[in-house]
Amino acid sequence: MIPLSWFLILSAGLFSIGLFGVLSRKNAIAILLGVELMLNAVNINLVSFWRYGNIADMAGQVFAIIVFAVAAAEVAVGLALVISVYRQRRTVIADDLDMMKW
Amino acid sequence: MTTETLIWLIPLPPLLAFFLIILLTNRNKTLSHTIALGAVLAAWVGAMVVFVRALGIQELANEPFASAVKWIPTADTWLKVGVLVDPLAAIGLFFVAWTVLMIFVYSVGYHNFGQPPGDHDVPGLPPHGAMIECGGHKHMVPSVEPMYSRFFAFISLFAFGMFTLVISDNLLTLFVGWEIMGLCSYLLIGFWYAKPSARDAGVKAFMTTRVGDVFMLLGIAFVYSATGTLSFHEIFEPQVLHTLASVPTPILGLSAAGLIGLLLFIGTIGKSAQFPLHVWLPDAMEGPTPVSAMIHAATMVSAGVFMVVRIFPLLSLDPRTMAVVGFVGAFTALFAATIAVAQNDIKRVLAYSTISQLGYMIAALGAGAYVAAAFHLVTHAFFKALLFLGSGSVIHGMEHGVLHTGKHTDAQDMFNMGGLRRKMPITYWTFLIGGLALSGFPLVTAGFWSKDEILASTFGGHMAVFVTLAIAAFLTAFYTMRQITLTFLGDPRTDAAAHAQESVWTMTLPLVVLSVFAVGIGWVGIPAHFPGIGGIVPNWFHHFAGSMLGELHEVEFNWIPLATSLVVALGGLLVGWLAYRNVKSPAQDALQIPILKHKWYIDEIYSALLIKPSIWIAETLVYQIMDKGLIDGFLHLFGKGTAAIGSGLRNIIDKPVINGFFGDGTANAVQGVGRNLRPMQTGRIQQYMVVSLLIMLVLAGLAYFMLMKV
Repeated sequence: MIPLSWFLILSAGLFSIGLFGVLSRKNAIAILLGVELMLNAVNINLVSFWRYGNIADMAGQVFAIIVFAVAAAEVAVGLALVISVYRQRRTVIADDLDMMKW
Repeated sequence: MTTETLIWLIPLPPLLAFFLIILLTNRNKTLSHTIALGAVLAAWVGAMVVFVRALGIQELANEPFASAVKWIPTADTWLKVGVLVDPLAAIGLFFVAWTVLMIFVYSVGYHNFGQPPGDHDVPGLPPHGAMIECGGHKHMVPSVEPMYSRFFAFISLFAFGMFTLVISDNLLTLFVGWEIMGLCSYLLIGFWYAKPSARDAGVKAFMTTRVGDVFMLLGIAFVYSATGTLSFHEIFEPQVLHTLASVPTPILGLSAAGLIGLLLFIGTIGKSAQFPLHVWLPDAMEGPTPVSAMIHAATMVSAGVFMVVRIFPLLSLDPRTMAVVGFVGAFTALFAATIAVAQNDIKRVLAYSTISQLGYMIAALGAGAYVAAAFHLVTHAFFKALLFLGSGSVIHGMEHGVLHTGKHTDAQDMFNMGGLRRKMPITYWTFLIGGLALSGFPLVTAGFWSKDEILASTFGGHMAVFVTLAIAAFLTAFYTMRQITLTFLGDPRTDAAAHAQESVWTMTLPLVVLSVFAVGIGWVGIPAHFPGIGGIVPNWFHHFAGSMLGELHEVEFNWIPLATSLVVALGGLLVGWLAYRNVKSPAQDALQIPILKHKWYIDEIYSALLIKPSIWIAETLVYQIMDKGLIDGFLHLFGKGTAAIGSGLRNIIDKPVINGFFGDGTANAVQGVGRNLRPMQTGRIQQYMVVSLLIMLVLAGLAYFMLMKV
């Protein structure tokens, strides 16, 4: 088998890329894409720990599926928010949405 | 009623009259004078009854009428109020009762009772006359005194004081009477209180006698502390006197008796207007003439001499005190007589004459002749009251003339008078009798007998006193005749004098009564050795008064004092008449010497030495320098210091620290922190996320290192 660490590195890498996208992308939808990446990286992490840990325990798989569901819900809501904001402000650039400031 | 009870009752009617008049009858003049006259008449009756009963007692000196009640409790004993009628008090009651009664009757007429109220009269100023119509013809008449009732109230209070003093049996009651009379003197001298000169004269009299009274009070306190009693009877016990005479005091080497005598005598110097405290008496002539007669001739100033006679047993123990007494008396007698010859105001001459005659009495006491002094006290009271009342009658007559002519002539200046013997005969004859009595006209006047006795007593043992008194007697006769000549003889010198009128009967009747006394009272004291008539009538006075100090022998007869007294009296009268027969104005009067006219400048000396420094001390030293400067300055300094501390605390602690640091400082700090932290909230999500990522990394690192160690 392939060592666990390869999966973890992959997952970490994906997470970092996702994090970087969240932190640096201007467009709100791109940020959501980054979030998606992070969630998927987490999924990989979870499944690899399941596969290389206790296979009999279904908790890992279940957790992964919940994450999927949550991610999907979250994206839906997120996109709904972005559309709503666009309708109000005519922009999707995250830096322009700074009304909650001092 | 027992005599003791009667003696207690004598002073009370006048006191009651005072209260009734002041409280109830002030508006009603008739009722007021009726109450006053009734009261003094009752007192007179009481005094006469007591006097007659006292005459009937043998050895009154050893068994006097005496009675005392306890008044103020002191540690073991009581201070008492008491009465004592021994020969001296009996004599005192006699002359006080008569003179006071006569003066009360005189006051009714003097204050123009029955006349209409004046046109411009205000209470507080002497009345100025009223314009009345009389059959189509208008003229001014004298008007009634607006403060009529008040006058009678005051003289009633005064009568109370004098009677109390005469019958008192201890120094305390005597002092009470003394001070009441001092008060009444002030009230009556300043009777016309709206006149500044009268006000000032009243204050001057009170202040000057106060000086004497302070020393007298010291003397009384000393007596009390040395003997434990103030009662005459107990002080004059032989053992007590002996102790007092032998105990020395640190002052001038006097024995206790001598010092006490001296201190009490200083009270007399003030009250009886002896040098140097004589300055108040001439100014006291600002009061109405009955006041001058009563207070300043017959009774109050006599009280000083009366007191000295009372304490004579104590006084006579120390020869130095007696020397002082004799010197003061003789000096005053001559001093005042020299001033009297240069005075033009009819009352001033009599005032200085009073001072001089009191000096006679004091000198006699200093020489040990207390019977002679007491005798002169009695005779002088009568003829001096007579002279003052006569001068009041003259002044009234002159004012009649002044109102008639409408010119402003001084009614009291003798050089404005003249020829009044034709206009005012009763006044003239009674005044003449009084004047001759004062001069010591031989045989038929009382003054001769008493003055002769004084001269006889001082001759031989006290020649300096004798010579001084003889010279003073000459001057007395001289200025008396000067006064009579200028006032009554010759021709009127002004229109006012030409239109003078005789006074009403209420004024002339007392004059007549007093002149009877001025003639006759001397005959009770004719010395037994007198050539010719001596021995026909026993020397009753000597036996009566002399019994107080045991058997006192009469002075041996000597021709020289008798001759001296005749020469000076008759000579003085003659020279006075000759010198002033033709004098028409002050310019022709050779004796208008400035230093005599200005009373030897004593008032000016006192003003410069005592009054001005006192005023300076009061107004400048104590008020400006000490009170406003030092004390207020200290207080202001204190105030400023406190204010400085307060503002210092405020500016150094309160504002910077408490308001600044704790108050504004914290607020500003918090605000600053907030202001500085606020920009953190950019509203940009991605920044927030970066920050939270960094923090999480830090925390994770920390947790890794912390937890991994374990």
